[in-house]
Amino acid sequence: MATEPATETTLQGPAAWEAEAEREHVHGLGPWRLGLRRLKRNKVALLFGALFVVLVLSCIAAPLWADKVAKTTVNANHLSDTITVDGKEKNVVGLDGVPIGPQWLKADGKFFLGADRNGRDIMVRLLYGGRNSLVIGVVAALITTALSIFLGLISGYFRGPTDTVIRALLDVMWSFPVIILGVALGVAFALGGLKIGPLHLAGDSLLIPIFIIGFVYVPYMARPVRGQVLSLREKEFVEAARAQGAGPFRIMFTEVMPNLASTVIVFFTLLIANAILLESALSFLGAGVQPPNPSWGTMIDEGVDRIATAPHLTIVPGLMLVLTVLALNVFGDGVRDALDPRAKVRLER
Amino acid sequence: MSTDPAATGAPPSGEPLLTVEDLQVSFATEEGVVQAVEGVSFELAPGEILAVVGESGSGKSVTAMTLMGLTRSPNADFEGTAHYKGTELVHASEDQLRRVRGAEIAMIFQDPMTSLNPVQKIGRQIVEQIQEHEALPDQQARERSVELLDRVGIPRARERIDNYPFEFSGGMRQRVMIALALSCNPSVLIADEPTTALDVTIQAQILQRMRELRDETGAAIILVTHDLGVVADIADRIAVMYSGRIVEQGTLDEIFYDPQHPYTWGLLGSIARVDRPRPDRLPAIAGLPPSLANRPEGCHFRPRCPHEFGKCMEVPPLEARLDGQPAHLDRCWLTPDEKRERREVRPGEIGLEAKSQAGAS
Amino acid sequence: MGRFIIRRLFQMVFVMFAVSVLTFFIFNVIPNGDPAVRMAGKNPTETQIEAIRKEWGFDDNLIVQYVTMMKKVFTGDLVSYFTQLPVGEEIIKGLPRTLSLAIGAAILWMFVAICFGLYSAMRAGKFADRFLTIVALIGISLPVFWIGALMNYYLGYKAGLFPNGGYVELTKDPVDWAYHLILPWTALAILFIGFYSRVLRSNILDTINEDYVRTARAKGLSERQVMVRHVLRNSMIPIVTLWGLDFGAVVGGGAILTETVFDLQGVGQYAAEAVGQLDVPPVLATTLFAAFFIVLLNAIVDIVYAYLDPRIRLQ
Repeated sequence: MATEPATETTLQGPAAWEAEAEREHVHGLGPWRLGLRRLKRNKVALLFGALFVVLVLSCIAAPLWADKVAKTTVNANHLSDTITVDGKEKNVVGLDGVPIGPQWLKADGKFFLGADRNGRDIMVRLLYGGRNSLVIGVVAALITTALSIFLGLISGYFRGPTDTVIRALLDVMWSFPVIILGVALGVAFALGGLKIGPLHLAGDSLLIPIFIIGFVYVPYMARPVRGQVLSLREKEFVEAARAQGAGPFRIMFTEVMPNLASTVIVFFTLLIANAILLESALSFLGAGVQPPNPSWGTMIDEGVDRIATAPHLTIVPGLMLVLTVLALNVFGDGVRDALDPRAKVRLER
Repeated sequence: MSTDPAATGAPPSGEPLLTVEDLQVSFATEEGVVQAVEGVSFELAPGEILAVVGESGSGKSVTAMTLMGLTRSPNADFEGTAHYKGTELVHASEDQLRRVRGAEIAMIFQDPMTSLNPVQKIGRQIVEQIQEHEALPDQQARERSVELLDRVGIPRARERIDNYPFEFSGGMRQRVMIALALSCNPSVLIADEPTTALDVTIQAQILQRMRELRDETGAAIILVTHDLGVVADIADRIAVMYSGRIVEQGTLDEIFYDPQHPYTWGLLGSIARVDRPRPDRLPAIAGLPPSLANRPEGCHFRPRCPHEFGKCMEVPPLEARLDGQPAHLDRCWLTPDEKRERREVRPGEIGLEAKSQAGAS
Repeated sequence: MGRFIIRRLFQMVFVMFAVSVLTFFIFNVIPNGDPAVRMAGKNPTETQIEAIRKEWGFDDNLIVQYVTMMKKVFTGDLVSYFTQLPVGEEIIKGLPRTLSLAIGAAILWMFVAICFGLYSAMRAGKFADRFLTIVALIGISLPVFWIGALMNYYLGYKAGLFPNGGYVELTKDPVDWAYHLILPWTALAILFIGFYSRVLRSNILDTINEDYVRTARAKGLSERQVMVRHVLRNSMIPIVTLWGLDFGAVVGGGAILTETVFDLQGVGQYAAEAVGQLDVPPVLATTLFAAFFIVLLNAIVDIVYAYLDPRIRLQ
C-alpha cells in the first residue's frame, strides 16, 4: 500500500491549491491551464493588466496626439506663444516664468496637461516620455532575463569552478548598491558614449540606460534561477535525458529551461516595473535618459525645481509612473499567485 | 486541569468515555462543497484501543481531528455531536476545547518530521504543554518532561531534552511526539497515522510502546491508519471507513475472521501475509476512491464492488446483521450467507475478487 | 564559528577589492573621463593640463595609479579632485546623517510592516487584507524621490507641519533631530513597508499550515499563544535576515535619493554629487564604504540567522 498523501484535512490556503492541483492533474488539466484559470478569476489583477495595456497603447499613440490634438512636437518650445482659452489670450509661459497649468480641453486639447518651463506641451512629452520609459523597462527586463537564465543555467548546471566564478561575479555585483552602480555607469557613458566593438553609442542613446538597467538587476534574478537549476538537475527526467546520452547543452535548454518558465514569467512583469522605476531614479539623478529626450524620470527631475510654482510638472509624470508601475505590480502579483504562489520574488531599490 | 482519572487504569464501568453521534463534516472549497465525513457514529470505552482504518480521503483523519476541533475553519461546517465526559466537543467553544486539548484528549500526528517546531528545543515544547494545563514551576515541568522522554524510550533523556527536533531520527521524533501527548495524562490519545512515515521495524517498536503505555496509564487510544496490518497486533476494536462513512465496525476478531463488507475483504486481501504462499502480485482494489466532491449515489463503494446489485443504489444503514454479534455492524445489503460465500476467493482466503462464474456477465 | 568568520572576512576582502578595481576602471577607461582636463577649469592651456597631470600622477600607468589611490584610501589621505577636500572627513561628516536616516527608517518600516502583515494575514482573503495588499503594492510602486518631493512640498513647505529639509544633530537637540527626520524616514520606509508586509503576510500564511502549528493547537494553547510563539516567531526569521540585508543596502547607497530630495547631506548625497562630477576619489571611497556595509551586514545576518534557526547552526 502506498503511503498516504497528507492532503486530506487541510483544505485551505496553499494546501488547498496543491490539493486542487493534484485533483485536476488527475483530470488532465496542466499547470499552465490551471494557472490561467486562476488568473482569470483574479479580477483585480486582470483590471490592472488591462490598465497597463491601455497605458502602453496611449504611449504608442503619442505622435497621433501630438499631430492631431496638440498640434506640436515633443521638443518644440512655445516660450513666447499664446493660446486662446475661453476667448481670452493667455501666455504659455507667464512673464514671471511660470508655465501654464492643465487646460484640459479648453484650448482644443492644446496643453491638455499644461506646459513646462520651455513652453513644451506636457501631455505630448508625457506620452513620448512614456514610450522611452516603457521601451527601457521592457528591453532592460528582456536583457536581464536572458542574462540571468544563461548565467543561472550554466552556473547551476555545471557547478564546480564555473559556478564559483559566476557566483563570485554575482556577489560583487550584488555588493554594489544598484543606484550607485547605475549612476556611475550612467554618468560615465552619458559623457563619453559607449563603444563595444563596432557598436558605438552616443551619450544620449536610449540603449545606454537600457544596458545599464538590464545589467544591474542580473544578480537578483540569476541567483534564484541558479537555485532552481540546482534542484532541477537532480530530477528524474534530467537523469533520464542524461542516460539517453543527451549533452549538457541539450539538457539545459530542452529539459531544464522549460521548467524555469513559471519563475521567469513571474519575474518578468515585476522586472519591467522595477526597471521603469530605476530608469526614473537614474534620470532623476541625471544618469538616465538625457535631456531634451523626455522620460518620466527626467520630467520629474525638471519639475521638482519648480514644485512651488508649477506643481503639475512634478505631479503629472509621477502619477503616470506610479500608475504604470502599480499596474505591473498588481498584475505581476496576480500572475505569481496563479503560477507559483510560493515564489519569493524580490527586486528593489 | 487536575482531573486525573486515567492514572489508575480503566474504570470497569461500561460507560463510554467518548460518544460520537452522526458526525458530519463538510468543507466549502473552490470546487464546491466537499463532504468529508458523512454521519459517523462510534463509542470509545476507557482504556480501549479503537482502530479507524481507511484509504486516504475516507474521512478518518478529519473525524479524528474534528474531535480536537482542529478542522475548524471559516469554510468548514459541522453537524452531529461528540460527548466526552459531559463536554460536547463538536460545537464547544474555543475555551472549552482548549481545556480538553492536550490535557484530556491528546493527539499524535502522522509526520513526526514536521509536527514539532523546528526552532524550539523539544524540552521547551513539552514544558509548554504541561504549563498550559498545570501550574507547575519550570524545574518540575522539566523534570516531568525528562521522565516522559525516558518512559517513551529515549536514551539519555536528560541530555537530549535540550536538543532540537532535527537532531532526532524519525522514530525518535515520534517518541517525542508521544511523550508530548502523554505529558498531561490524557484519557484519550488520538494517533493519526503515527507510524506511516517510519521504517517498518520502527513502526513495530512504536506500536508496541503505545500499547504498553495504554496498559500503564489506562488511556484509551484511537488509532487512525490506512494499514489494516498495523492494527492487527494492538487494536481491540476496528472501524473501517470508506468515503466519509463507517462501512464496518466490530472487534478485532470479528473484522479479521468474519468480515462483512466487501471493502473490508479488499483490505484484508491486500495484506501481505507470511503464512500464505506468496502471490505473484498482491491483489489491490480496482479503481480509485471517489473524489471528495463528487460521490456516487447509494453505497459509496458500489462502483468498485464486483458484488454490486440493484439495491446498492440505496444507502445501506450501519447496523448489526449477524446473530450473536450485536456489536458487529456493517453497511452492505448482501445477506450474511452471500457474504460468507463470496468473500472466500480461495479456500481459507478472503478477498475482493469476483469469482469467475460471477464475473461472466 | 572561527572558520566561518575567517571565511567571511576573506570573502569581504575579495568583494571589496573587486568593487574598488571595478569602480576605478569604470571611471578611468571612459572617453572624456580625463580628470586633468576637467580640473583645469575653463579654457585651460595645454601646459596647465600637463602640469595637473604630472602633479596628480594621471600620466602614470593605470595600475600604478590604482595602487597609489588605494594606499591613500588606507592612510586616509584621499582628496577630492575638484573640491580638494579630504574624502575621509567628508564621509565621517555624512555618516551620522546617513545612519540617523537608515536606523530610524528601518525601525519604522519593520514596526509598521509587522502590524500590516500580521493584520493582513489574520484577515486573509477578506476586505481588510485586499485593501492592505493594494496599499502595499502602491507603496512598492512609489518612487521615493517623487513622493519625497511631494511630502516635502505639501507637508513641509505649504502646510508648514515639518521643516523643509535639513538636518539637526542628535546630540544638539534630539527632538529637533527627530522632527527634521520624520518626513525622510517616512519617505524611505514606504517602499519597505509595502515589501515587508507582503513577505510577512505570505510567510505567516505558509507557517499557519505547518504541521507544528497544528501540534501547538492540539496542546491546548490559545490562538494568541499559537500565533505569537509559533507562527509569528517562525515567520519572522526570514524577515529579520532581510532586514539586516536591507539596512546594509540603505546605509550603503540605498538612501541616495532620499538624502538628495531632503538635502540631508549624508554619505549617499555626497556619493551622488561626486559621481555626477566624475570625481574618482570620493566615488571610489563611497563605493567601498557602501560595499563594506553591504558585505558586513551580509555576514552579520548569516550569524544571526544561524542563531535564530538552529538547523543552520548545527550543520
